[in-house]
Formats: sequence, structure tokens, C-alpha cells
Amino acid sequence: MNNPSFSFNIWNDFIHMLGYDFMLHAFCAGTIVAIVAGIIGYFVVIRRSSFAAHALSHIGFTGAAGSVLLGLSPLSGLLTFTVGGGIFMATLDRESENRDVQVGTVLAFLLGLGVLFISLYSGYATEAYSLLFGEILGISSQNVFITLIAGILILCVTAIIYRPLLFTSLDQDVAEARGVPVRMINIIFMILLAAAVSISVQVVGVLLIFALLVTPAAIAQYIARSPMQGIGLSVAISLLVTWFGLFISFYQPYPVSFFITAAVFALYIFVRIIHAIKA
Amino acid sequence: MSLRTIITAKNLSVAYTNRTIWSDANFEISSGKFIAVLGPNGAGKTTLFRLLLGLIPYTSGELSILGGKPKRGNPRVGYVPQRHTIDRDTAIEALEMVRIGLSGNRWGVSLSPEKERQMALESLRIVGAEELAHRPLGKLSGGELQRVFLAEALVSKPDLLLLDEPLANLDIRREKNLIQLASEIVKSQGVTVLLIAHNINPLLPVLDSVMYIVEGKITTGTPNKIFTSEALTKLYGTPIEVLRDSQGRVAVLGIEEELHHHE
Repeated sequence: MNNPSFSFNIWNDFIHMLGYDFMLHAFCAGTIVAIVAGIIGYFVVIRRSSFAAHALSHIGFTGAAGSVLLGLSPLSGLLTFTVGGGIFMATLDRESENRDVQVGTVLAFLLGLGVLFISLYSGYATEAYSLLFGEILGISSQNVFITLIAGILILCVTAIIYRPLLFTSLDQDVAEARGVPVRMINIIFMILLAAAVSISVQVVGVLLIFALLVTPAAIAQYIARSPMQGIGLSVAISLLVTWFGLFISFYQPYPVSFFITAAVFALYIFVRIIHAIKA
Repeated sequence: MSLRTIITAKNLSVAYTNRTIWSDANFEISSGKFIAVLGPNGAGKTTLFRLLLGLIPYTSGELSILGGKPKRGNPRVGYVPQRHTIDRDTAIEALEMVRIGLSGNRWGVSLSPEKERQMALESLRIVGAEELAHRPLGKLSGGELQRVFLAEALVSKPDLLLLDEPLANLDIRREKNLIQLASEIVKSQGVTVLLIAHNINPLLPVLDSVMYIVEGKITTGTPNKIFTSEALTKLYGTPIEVLRDSQGRVAVLGIEEELHHHE
């Protein structure tokens, strides 16, 4: 098992890869994250909340940097900060034209704080790098377990609120009139998004969060005729690119996040071109 | 179809952040009627809808709707709000949008999607938009979207339909079509339609009555009673002329100009 080489028998290669603990962990965590990000991402796209996803991941950076400084696991800081930030954003007025400015202002301050935390920490470079760009190959079995639990919780809650969430996302005013507790649904969604962002950061990092949480769902939204179809497609795409990224990175010294973002970008461009030709 | 009263308001007043919008409103509305709600912007037309939907409280008086107090989520009240934002990129088909109006307020995932699709299709049929069922929402025109939203509101089989400015942004032909459609729904489904509009003229042939909200007061009556130069001039406090042509068609002059000043 010394020199991994690509044999063109993909299944055998795959089995061989899983013989390594770090690859097994990476595949497990990557799969859970891809499923969660595919589902939550679909709602992010139809709600046009991609700025929220972006903002939450950056808020998470500060949380993670803070907990590293305190000697805690980065994931705990990520979860705390993103959930807090998510609830805060859900309470801001949806109609407010200044909402993005308000969020952006708080965001810049928090990111600055994150930079301070990172510089105060002696292991500066590697920790910052893995938070910003993801380090799935180094994931511990404990974090795989936490990711699994978080993933299951996110999926259960999403299933329970599925229809009211869809109604609120597509047609908030009518949903409110029809008795959907839109405020509560919006808050729950932001918590789900926060949790999804937190576990996705492990794979692609805070800067590349769009690659898993927005782009696969955006591709799906171009194609899918029904929300269920859209969610299915979005999950399929994020699984495909995550597995692709992990597979390639086993043979190449370059970062997994690069292969994932490149694959999803290529797919996005391809679908847009097809779409433009058909239109 | 026997007429029954579905909305009764007695000395009804409503305020928004301590400012009284309108007060002492008294009206009765029966089933199967087509009613236009008119008045300048900011007069409280949408406020009336939000009150009927149970989204906001009233400050004094009594309001009974379909035999009870207004309550949010009443499936017997259908609603098409003024602004819908539909993503031009979305491929979600019209049928799915209508379907969400049927069961979107229930928890969990649908266990009978096929039955829901049938009911959504039936609702699209009522608004004459069957052929739109499998078209992507993002590709529909303003008039087509209005039909889909109408179907979404009708799918829960309401007795009262509230349409907030459905004619805005429609050209004259589509405006006429939508009015015709609303009128047909009133007749075939026995639904009462309250429709907020700015321009009364295209609505006159099909209206049963008119609600005018001006200067904090609501006046209700048949178009013939309301549309006299004296009555409108008094309501608006500015000279307004009502003209009738040889076929009895009515044209109201002065109101639109008045309204546009507020926009």
C-alpha cells in the first residue's frame, strides 16, 4: 500500500483507497456533507439566501479561530457562531433594503476579530489555511461522528418542516395568510443553514462554501421541474463532485477543495451553455 | 344559489402604529358577489385584506367572516397578494406552485402527491390554465402568472377570494381576460371576489358592488349608487364627473388622475 497508482479499475481503486483510514473518514464525512449541502442548498437558492450562506460561513471562521485559540475544537466554535449569526439574521426585517449592508458591516467586524484570533494563535498558518479552504483529508473519526449526528438532525428537521419551508420559500405572503408560522420557519431554516455551513466548512472551507451549498442547487434549479426533483438533483451533483474531488486527490498532491470547486464550476458552465442554446 | 352573508362589519376601525387607517366601517357582503375595492394608495385597501385574513387585529367594532372571527390560515379565504417575486431562472413548473397552496401549511412531506397534483390540475382547469401546468414558472408572462396564482388561491376551495391589484402591469387585453375570468369564477364556484383595483372602468360591466375607501371611511354600494358625480365628488372632495354613454356604459373622469398623484 505504499505507492497508490491509478489502475483504471475504478472500483478496485476505490476499495484500495478506503483501506486508508484518512480516506475512509474523508469519504464518510464528504458524503454526509454533500447530502446535507445539496438539500439545504436547494432552499438557499429558491429563497435567494446565498448571501446569508456566505455571511454565515465567514462568521463561522471567527468562531472556529476563537475556539482554536481557547484550545477547543474548531467545529464547536463554528457551530456556536453560525447558529448565533443565523438567528440574528433571521430576526432582521426581510423587506429591509439595508439588510445586506447591516449584515455586511457586522460581518467585516467579526472577520477582523477572526484575523486577530488566528494571529494570536501560534499554529497560525496551517489552522487558518484549513479553515479557509477546507481540510477534509485530515478529519478525525470524532469529527466524522459529529458530522453524522449533525447531518441526521438537519435531515430530520428539514423533513418535518419540509412543506411549510417550501411554501415560505416560494410564496411567503400567501404562506403567512394560510397560517404557516413564517417567522418561526425562517428562524429554523437559518439554524439548519448554520449547521449545514459548519459541517461543510470541513470539506471546502469558509471561502469555498458556495461550491457545495449554492452551485449544485443552482444547477438543479435550472433543470428540475419540481422541488423534490430539484433536491434530488442537487444532492446528486454535490455527491458527484465531492467523490470526484476525493478520488482525484488520492493520486494528486493538490487540495481536494480545488478539484471539487473546479468540477462544480465546469458543470455549472456546461448547464448554463446548454440552457442558453435551448432558449 | 342562495345568498348568505359571509362578511359582516359593524363600526369596524383599524389602526397601524397608532394611526387610524379607517374607522366606523359598516358593511355586509354576501356569497357569490364580485366586488371592487377602490381608493387612493395608502387609504387602507390592503389593510382591509390583511384584516380579513386575520393577519392584523382591528382596534374596535365587530367583524365576522364566514361565521366566525377572522383567523389566520382559514382555508376558506383565498389570497393573491400584490407582489409575487418569481425567479426568472426557476424551472419549477406551475402545477407545483398550485400544489403548494393546497398542502403547504401541513407539516412533513406529502404522502399523496398524485392526488394533490390532480387537485392542482383541476384548479388550473378552473382558471383556464391547464396548458400551463407543466411550464416553468420563470418562463410565464405576467398574465399567465396571475392565472397560476389564482389557481393556487382557489385550490383550497375558498368561499372568499381576495385579489390585491391583480390587474397591475397587465395590458388592456389581458386585463379584460382576467376580469372575465374572475367574473366566471364568481358565477361557477359561488365564490365572493374582492378585487383591489385602480381603474374602475373595465370592471363596471361585471361588478355587483363597490367598496370605496377614502379619507378613513368605507362606503359600500352598487355601482349605480356609487357612480354618480355627486357621490364621488363628495367622497373624494374633488370634482369628479361620471359619464354614461348611449349603451349605459359608465366612464369615471377625475379619479385616475387623482390616484396617479398618489403613486
